[in-house]
Amino acid sequence: MRFAPHTDDDVTEMLGALGLSSLDDLFETVPKTVRLDRPLAIPDGVSEMELVADVRALAAANRHLDQLVCFAGAGAYDHYVPSIVWALAGRAEFATSYTPYQPELSQGVLQVLFEFQSMICELTGLEVSNASLYDGSTALVEAVNMARRGSRSRVLISGGVDPRHIETLRTYGRGAGYEPEVFAVPEGRGGVPDVADDVACVVVQHPNVFGILEPAREVFDAVRDAGAYAIQVFDPLSLGVLAPPGELGADIAVAEGQGLGNHLNYGGPYLGLIAAQMQDVRRMPGRIVGETVDLDGRTGYVLTLQAREQHIRREKANSNICTNQTLMAIAATVYLAWLGPAGLAELGRQCASRAAYAADRLTSVPGVQLAFSAAPFFKEFALRLPMPAVHVRDALLDHGILGGVPLSSAGDDVLLVAVTEKRDRGEIDRYASALGEVLG
Amino acid sequence: MKEGAPIRGQSPRAESGTIHDRSVPGRTAFSFGPLDVPEARVPAAFARATPPGLSEVAEIDLVRHYTGLSQQNYGVDTGAYPLGSCTMKHNPKVAEEVAGAAGFRRMHPLQPDATAQGTLELLWRLERALCEITGMARATLQPPAGACGEMTGLLIMRAFHTERGGGRTKVVIPDSAHGTNPASVRLAGFEAVNVPSDARGLVDVSALDKLVDEDVAGLMLTNPNTLGLFEQEIEELTRIVHRVGGLVYYDGANLNAILGRCRPGDMGFDIVHINTHKTFATPHGGGGPGAGPVGVVEALVPFLPVPRVERREEGFVLDVDEPRSIGRLHGFHGNVGVLVRAYVYVFLHGADGLKAVSELAALNANYLAHLIQPDFPLAHPDGRPLHEFVATARLLEHATGVRAVDVAKRMIDLGYHPSTVYFPLVVDEAMMVEPTETETKETIEGLAAAFRRAARDARESPELLHEAPVTTPVRRLDEARAARHLKLRW
Repeated sequence: MRFAPHTDDDVTEMLGALGLSSLDDLFETVPKTVRLDRPLAIPDGVSEMELVADVRALAAANRHLDQLVCFAGAGAYDHYVPSIVWALAGRAEFATSYTPYQPELSQGVLQVLFEFQSMICELTGLEVSNASLYDGSTALVEAVNMARRGSRSRVLISGGVDPRHIETLRTYGRGAGYEPEVFAVPEGRGGVPDVADDVACVVVQHPNVFGILEPAREVFDAVRDAGAYAIQVFDPLSLGVLAPPGELGADIAVAEGQGLGNHLNYGGPYLGLIAAQMQDVRRMPGRIVGETVDLDGRTGYVLTLQAREQHIRREKANSNICTNQTLMAIAATVYLAWLGPAGLAELGRQCASRAAYAADRLTSVPGVQLAFSAAPFFKEFALRLPMPAVHVRDALLDHGILGGVPLSSAGDDVLLVAVTEKRDRGEIDRYASALGEVLG
Repeated sequence: MKEGAPIRGQSPRAESGTIHDRSVPGRTAFSFGPLDVPEARVPAAFARATPPGLSEVAEIDLVRHYTGLSQQNYGVDTGAYPLGSCTMKHNPKVAEEVAGAAGFRRMHPLQPDATAQGTLELLWRLERALCEITGMARATLQPPAGACGEMTGLLIMRAFHTERGGGRTKVVIPDSAHGTNPASVRLAGFEAVNVPSDARGLVDVSALDKLVDEDVAGLMLTNPNTLGLFEQEIEELTRIVHRVGGLVYYDGANLNAILGRCRPGDMGFDIVHINTHKTFATPHGGGGPGAGPVGVVEALVPFLPVPRVERREEGFVLDVDEPRSIGRLHGFHGNVGVLVRAYVYVFLHGADGLKAVSELAALNANYLAHLIQPDFPLAHPDGRPLHEFVATARLLEHATGVRAVDVAKRMIDLGYHPSTVYFPLVVDEAMMVEPTETETKETIEGLAAAFRRAARDARESPELLHEAPVTTPVRRLDEARAARHLKLRW
């Protein structure tokens, strides 16, 4: 299967115009010593129907989430994706375009991104958002880059932050020259870092990796009093019911935006969210869309503050991001407009209620308890089990249930359980009885 | 003349405003089932006091608003998109359908490996195909974009040198490099050092020879380079860097030129990143998502990120136990949905089809360069461009005062997306043109006619260029005002 439309006559005529006799002549500048003198060792091309059969067989070897009831979360959640989201975000005019370097041809993407930025500001209670980053983990890396300046270079991070975020930060920190310092969270929440005058930022996740609500306001007050940046890792789908980062005193807020209308996709493509105060806008990474006017005074949108970015600032740029996750941001925009304020509040109410019900039912199974019993949570909670969490999770698969994510950083017997608006009472009850059988 | 495919709506756009302007209190689009469990509220101390100012609209509002916006956007499906360095080729529809299947899309990243054997096998096969295409030993598919691939490669470079005692501070890049190269170099903790091009538009070999010493961690190159020209002394270039113990990094921006014809590994490169959204036609998505897999030679395999897909007796597994790994660069496993599309593209084409891709990409680029050369000569007329070329509007500017940006805007009124302009920075009035292999001969000729018509207009009616575009929903936008009076949200 090929997509190049050339007929043999086309090729002959075009080569003739160039004064060449064969396609090989186009490659005369490639030294003979580096030419590949054999075909690539991959199969020759196939028809579309053959390829589809091959790939369908691979898909069939997966057990996907229409086959398993999903209680797994840990940063990626089985929220409902309404049909409208990809019916619109998937439109080819969006999907087959690129970064809007020619704004007159790109008002569609530019305006959607302006709306996206507006919605993220509304959600977070912060003043400025960019047009998306790769994912939640890399968004945290970018936030830390924003906060580090001069002698303020140390990075303190709560042990309640997703361990994958911390691992990612550690990887990038090796290049930038810092090692994130993790402070302990006693009883699954809290923890007070010592913010010296060489600390750039303190990172707290709320709700944290155990699903627990953190006393973020108190921590952020102390961090800001000490002159460091308060960075919150947040859950965008919690913000219909939970106080937003701006109100809690966060200077920068970052999140995994997958739950906003994006499918789970085995880990990507997702999108990273970042929002901050206007005073820091020139330190923000990535694309930012601004409103302006055209020659006739009509409202229009452009990429703005590009002097921050790598293609202008080169080695002085604060970030190297170029291609981002625009299509995912378009999906998030449509999704948030679908929800509206009432939908976001109802979503939060449903998640919190279903999670509370699930925690009640699951901890009624003998030997099962909450890992942190006194702590309030939102849509996710950690169970302590009477046997290794990996075994329990695997045994639950036989009951058609993906029961959660083992959280080895908290102990081999800890299983993190997420409950979205999709998990109804029957599924939760079925999980509880399956867990009873597995443990019984 | 035959014209291109103008963007929808040749009249000025109606002032329809944002989705928020359609908001009416109480109007909704969402629906959830009834709450069939007891209601639980978050504790008052944590609760949100005032709801966020999201829009209140019905589904029909969403449909009309975002469909309308999509019609104010130009994509490959709209018309030719010869944006140099970006490889805006046709995106196969079958890849969309396959990646949208529940078997791929409805997979949680932390499912047990035993329940994800299909995806893991697909990633494993794709890794092997990419290694064969680039001549590398192993690859990571985790980086979600090319710039992240660069960061991955540079951190591998750093880890390699650290094991050997460290101390290397510099990475050499050509003066024509994409901005992500120097930005990545600095973020990886190195200093970027420029090596100049010579009169042929190729890396100046003797300048590189003088530049490199034992402070040099490596060299980053594209090949063909940013001018579309093959670095003919590539073996000498890689030898010079290897001689001082440095590594050579291949920026895969231009891989579409050489598929099946030559391989970075055989040229002496040690690290390669691939942009699947360029070479393997995964849709660019208005600016993303992409994917930036990174391949390495055998000696660097221990440093690759985790998790890695391995084939074991029990099946395919995600391996995280690699003590010399640089670690994780993405929260999960990268842009897997994009990689599924890349798999479809690679195996649909196969070895023979991929070779044809590069041949016809080079044919289209050379044919177009030839047709417009009387008005827009190549920046390096003695060179043989491959998949793209850099022409210059310098002569036209001297004669008429019309600049490359004006030509670009006139191209819009003639129905085409313009080329990249003012990149690479080393060429005056640069026009970087990459038609790709999926355009027909007629489209290439249509593009050429539009370029030449723009040049004629520049001489005869330059106001057509200075005032262009006039057929789009908005005319030229005041970018200075956007930066001066920041309005970044409603």
